[in-house]
Amino acid sequence: MEKFIRHTGVGVPMRHSNVDTDQIIPAVYLKRVSRTGFEDALFAAWRNDESFILNQEPYRSGSVLVAGPDFGTGSSREHAVWALKDYGFKAVLSARFADIFRGNSGKQGLVTGQLAQDDIEQIWKVLENEPGTEVTVDLEQRQVRCADIVAPMEVDEYTRWRLMEGLDDIALTLRHTDDIDDFETSRPSHKPRTLV
Amino acid sequence: MGKTLAEKVWDAHVVRRAEGEPDLLYIDLHLVHEVTSPQAFEGLRLAGRPVRRPDLTLATEDHNTPTLDIDKPIADLTSRTQIETLRRNCAEFGIRLHPLGDVEQGIVHVVGPQLGLTQPGLTVVCGDSHTSTHGAFGALAFGIGTSEVEHVLATQTLPLRPFKTMAINVEGQLRPGTSAKDIILAVIAKIGTGGGQGYVLEYRGEAIRSLSMEARMTICNMSIEAGARAGMIAPDETTFEYIKGRPHAPEGKEWDAALEDWKSLRTDDDAEFDAEVTIDAGALEPFVTWGTNPGQGLPLSAAVPDPDSFADESARAAARRALQYMDLEPGTPLRDIPVDTVFIGSCTNGRIEDLRAAAAVVKGRRKADGVRVLVVPGSHRVREQAEREGLDAIFTEFGAEWRHAGCSMCLGMNPDQLAPGERSASTSNRNFEGRQGKGGRTHLVSPLVAAATGVRGTLSSPADLEPATPTR
Ligand code: SF4
Repeated sequence: MEKFIRHTGVGVPMRHSNVDTDQIIPAVYLKRVSRTGFEDALFAAWRNDESFILNQEPYRSGSVLVAGPDFGTGSSREHAVWALKDYGFKAVLSARFADIFRGNSGKQGLVTGQLAQDDIEQIWKVLENEPGTEVTVDLEQRQVRCADIVAPMEVDEYTRWRLMEGLDDIALTLRHTDDIDDFETSRPSHKPRTLV
Repeated sequence: MGKTLAEKVWDAHVVRRAEGEPDLLYIDLHLVHEVTSPQAFEGLRLAGRPVRRPDLTLATEDHNTPTLDIDKPIADLTSRTQIETLRRNCAEFGIRLHPLGDVEQGIVHVVGPQLGLTQPGLTVVCGDSHTSTHGAFGALAFGIGTSEVEHVLATQTLPLRPFKTMAINVEGQLRPGTSAKDIILAVIAKIGTGGGQGYVLEYRGEAIRSLSMEARMTICNMSIEAGARAGMIAPDETTFEYIKGRPHAPEGKEWDAALEDWKSLRTDDDAEFDAEVTIDAGALEPFVTWGTNPGQGLPLSAAVPDPDSFADESARAAARRALQYMDLEPGTPLRDIPVDTVFIGSCTNGRIEDLRAAAAVVKGRRKADGVRVLVVPGSHRVREQAEREGLDAIFTEFGAEWRHAGCSMCLGMNPDQLAPGERSASTSNRNFEGRQGKGGRTHLVSPLVAAATGVRGTLSSPADLEPATPTR
């Protein structure tokens, strides 16, 4: 996984709250079996609408999505994260994220920064008044900067460390195989097994 | 201080705990389906890693599978590819799979409990948010993403931070015409689609204790729609009774040992929850949703709300957008809303008890003209049981279509879909834009309301029906 220290790119103000993963990527795209190439699927239904923000220059080439509260609710599909990443987003900022979505993002190197809703509103204004304004997401400083706004950003400490080191979760866990072996020796024998 | 049920199950599964790191939690049961697994298996293959515990893993085919002509090859090419990929992966990694046409095939959250694999005190995961269903047995069960699926396949563990706990006290007793679905829709309307975020919900109280396992599963199933990671109900005699004798239930001495463990799985009297909510089941009416998230619901006797009546601006905007999508006018009585389709099924309400409840309403009646009624058992076993009880005949005489098991119209991924602009009363769990097919409009309802709606053609409860006239 690539290391993430900080990123600067065009901010996309998305004023919807409660953007569920069915909107981020509709179910029909989940039929694919590959792990890449989901950029066309991102917000597919909304992209049919010409006035949708990602259909407008210069937002089209944005890499920091600034969204309303409760982003990523609904289905656990990780494809939502792949679609955002494949499209070119490096970070999503919101006042509140759905837990599963946030967990999925952390594993894939997509930063989900939690900001106060007031700060989000301020940033929206800048991005709407000055389309193309860049936003800096600074994981090291736990900070988002946009024009003269400096907003504190909340990120899970452990996820932050992993992202900054570029470490993959499975490799980390496999360092503790002995602990897992130990645990298994004391599991009650009445626990079910699928193969007999 | 004592522990809550969720904390007890959590603590019993900690493989490793270290300062500043998430706990490494052992996973007892990993359920797999075709949609969220292909990339996880691909990841294993790329890294040259085996599946650590195929004997704690079970796969079924459900999301993409058709519910008609199941003996023919799947027509949709991408669906077929996904199914074939699952079959190849399960064969390669030694995982038990119940494919389309198998007697144990069905929706993953119906199959686990019915095989007796879902048991109290387990940690259960699946790459599917409605894994919360299994919490009805006092298991800690939650949905995970595809990288976590890969993580569990490779290590049988997950690094996780503890969840907060919330008690949902459901006092009183349900009145006739209301059901578990109305409880959970009312809970979501009360706490909101984000209200459960970061929490495990524990449903408690008199109303919960008197519910069957099927009804408890309906409630836990939709915990995720309140934003919660999981829902749980402490196991009791009803739970033990349900499990006993199922194919994977412990037997003999193992049963006794298991039972002793299971009986300790309740929240201690002196335990504290991080939050607490109380609702009165006795005051509930049949509940339906009017909007495009499961929190936008009201009693059936109410009218479509005026967006301006909401307190904060984001709720007003969400309501306005929802009404536009749903093509509804504020003030329209919910009972006057006509539907094109009634869908009875899904992992929320596709179990035998749900089909019995719906059948009891439609027995001896004919569906309203122009309404399509789809009855889709949650598993092949449910279908067989229903046929033994003659429910299929009741449904077909009513004019409904009796289908094979699968997720069906719960999500727009297989041939069962709403056409653009079509409106449904659906016993499933999500009314998001396009969930049941592009442009489709969904009202979430209980099986009782779905059945009555099929009779009248507009959103209705059984109480709205004229007495049935015997058909022969
Ligand atoms: S029935 Fe619906 S909610 Fe349940 S697993 Fe299938 S698609 Fe998901």
